[in-house]
Amino acid sequence: MSTQPEQLAETGTLRQQHQREPAPVAAAPGRRLEALTPYLFLAPYLLLFTVFVLVPAIYGFWISLHSWDFLLPAKPFVGLQNYTSLFTEGSLTGFNFWQSMRATWTFVAYSVPLLLVIPLLVALVLNRSFPGRTVFRAIYFAPYVLGVAVIGILFRFLLDTNIGLLNSFLGALGIDRIAWLSEIPWVWVSLVGATVWWTLGFNAIIYLAGLQDIGRDQYEAAEVDGANAWNKFWHITIPGLRPVLVLVTTITILASANMFGQSLLISQGAPGNATRTAIMYIAEEGLGSFRMGNAAAMSYLLMLFLIATSLAVFAFFRRWED
Amino acid sequence: MSVRRDQTAVAPSQHADPQPAGGGKRVGKAVLTYVLLIALSVIFIAPLLWMLSTSLKSQQAATQSTINVIPEEVNTTAYETITRPGTDTPVMRWFVNSMVAATAHAVLVVVVCAPAAYALARLEFKGKRLLYAVILATLFIPPIIFLMPNFDIVSRLGWLDTLFALIIPPAAGAFGVFFLRQFFSGLPVELEEAARVDGAKTWQTFMRVIVPLSKPALSTLLLLAFLTNWNDFLWPVYVLFSPERLTLPPGLSRLQGAYTINYPVIMAGGVIASIPVLALYVFAQRYIIEGVSRSGIKG
Repeated sequence: MSTQPEQLAETGTLRQQHQREPAPVAAAPGRRLEALTPYLFLAPYLLLFTVFVLVPAIYGFWISLHSWDFLLPAKPFVGLQNYTSLFTEGSLTGFNFWQSMRATWTFVAYSVPLLLVIPLLVALVLNRSFPGRTVFRAIYFAPYVLGVAVIGILFRFLLDTNIGLLNSFLGALGIDRIAWLSEIPWVWVSLVGATVWWTLGFNAIIYLAGLQDIGRDQYEAAEVDGANAWNKFWHITIPGLRPVLVLVTTITILASANMFGQSLLISQGAPGNATRTAIMYIAEEGLGSFRMGNAAAMSYLLMLFLIATSLAVFAFFRRWED
Repeated sequence: MSVRRDQTAVAPSQHADPQPAGGGKRVGKAVLTYVLLIALSVIFIAPLLWMLSTSLKSQQAATQSTINVIPEEVNTTAYETITRPGTDTPVMRWFVNSMVAATAHAVLVVVVCAPAAYALARLEFKGKRLLYAVILATLFIPPIIFLMPNFDIVSRLGWLDTLFALIIPPAAGAFGVFFLRQFFSGLPVELEEAARVDGAKTWQTFMRVIVPLSKPALSTLLLLAFLTNWNDFLWPVYVLFSPERLTLPPGLSRLQGAYTINYPVIMAGGVIASIPVLALYVFAQRYIIEGVSRSGIKG
């Protein structure tokens, strides 16, 4: 600490001395502090990121290598047994897991095409200019701000076989009651329908942003060449939307593959466990029955499937481009 | 026509097809379009109205198969049932818990992510690219991967069955940093340089120049984080147990379990869970839609 006698003599207080910038000697630490600045900006986030994202991503794999029951003190190392048991004939966990993977796959296969096509049609309509279009846009997006819990309890009620609104309507039209919540294939119609209703607006908004990035001049040039609406859609709109299509396809597949709340609240896995999705089974196994090692192994296996699917989507769009 | 994405909201009419004036055929087409648009609107609004209407009926009136959107007589039994003291399904308590958790979470996300995003957008340091690549890569890890290990970590921290479990771990997600970094990178550098020349320290530049300029983006992130947390379902279902500690989404699941086909009560819970987010949506619709369309998040 540099003393400044003149000043000390002037004011006679020590306090003042501390407040002074200790000029030449302290310059180096000051510069060092400046070099540290970026890390200080990052520190709070990185602390959270490390504890709740980086560490768990690896710790989860560690858990999957153990017979890990949350409630038992002993958590013996079992190597890849939690993985191999999923492929063992006659293993109950294996059976349940693949059944739940089939349910997830079924949901993805039914929901994704609808969630790619219907929102695109809505976006194409909303991309025109007409009075009230922002109001319609706001209405179609509204369900998305509600959580899956509200959607779930609401659709369970709307689709109730005996007193649901939908069967009341159908009854008025002379159509017999349909067991929307407990019979294949109706239960899939219910889960997919509720999901389309809930998230259609989201995909439409993303498409709409993409449509607005396609230059008006491209359409005008095509019109000069005598292109009709279909030509314009197929040769300008779709290629122009390519990056957005990749994004929407990937996000929609991943979101559908992560489906949980709809099955839990609307169909409750019924009939049997036919609509119990992978996420629902993994969560039950890990945090309901506390067989966390098993559940962690399943979650990594599911991740491999999702990575493979995403790569397939990218490959598909790349080939399409060529 | 130049395509420009506004900072705050897309100005829709800027980009839309201008429609040439036309004859009767065009009018017919316009009418048809409106009929379709309105029909679609009914599909989106009717279920929500039905939820509200059912919550104001007696259980008996709700089980009649006739369709009465406006209840014959307004009955508040459902709301009285869920607000009764001493119940196992204290919906108003869940409402308060949800409000506390979502607000605290949203503030934490903005406070923690903004400086980090600024460092990644503008400051120079070793390992910056690698760090950002790692942060971005975690956006693609399915959330189920984190469920088991984070349950264990949260349990070690003593946060099980507390709101901390909902407020803090979800704030570690990469989305906020990604979202704000995009925005900060798009700001003109000149203003910061001017502040630097004036001798402002990095932190001062950030607080006095960047933060005021970024209010739209920061508010959008605040809103999106609030909505996400308010609606979060899977995580709270498993980390909260006590009836008085729940938030609304796991609470609604309990309510459904407890009242099975007493739909007015269940719908009343749904109405209470929907009001704050729908109100936010009405007031901040453009921010929310723009924020979502810019970032492409999906819950």
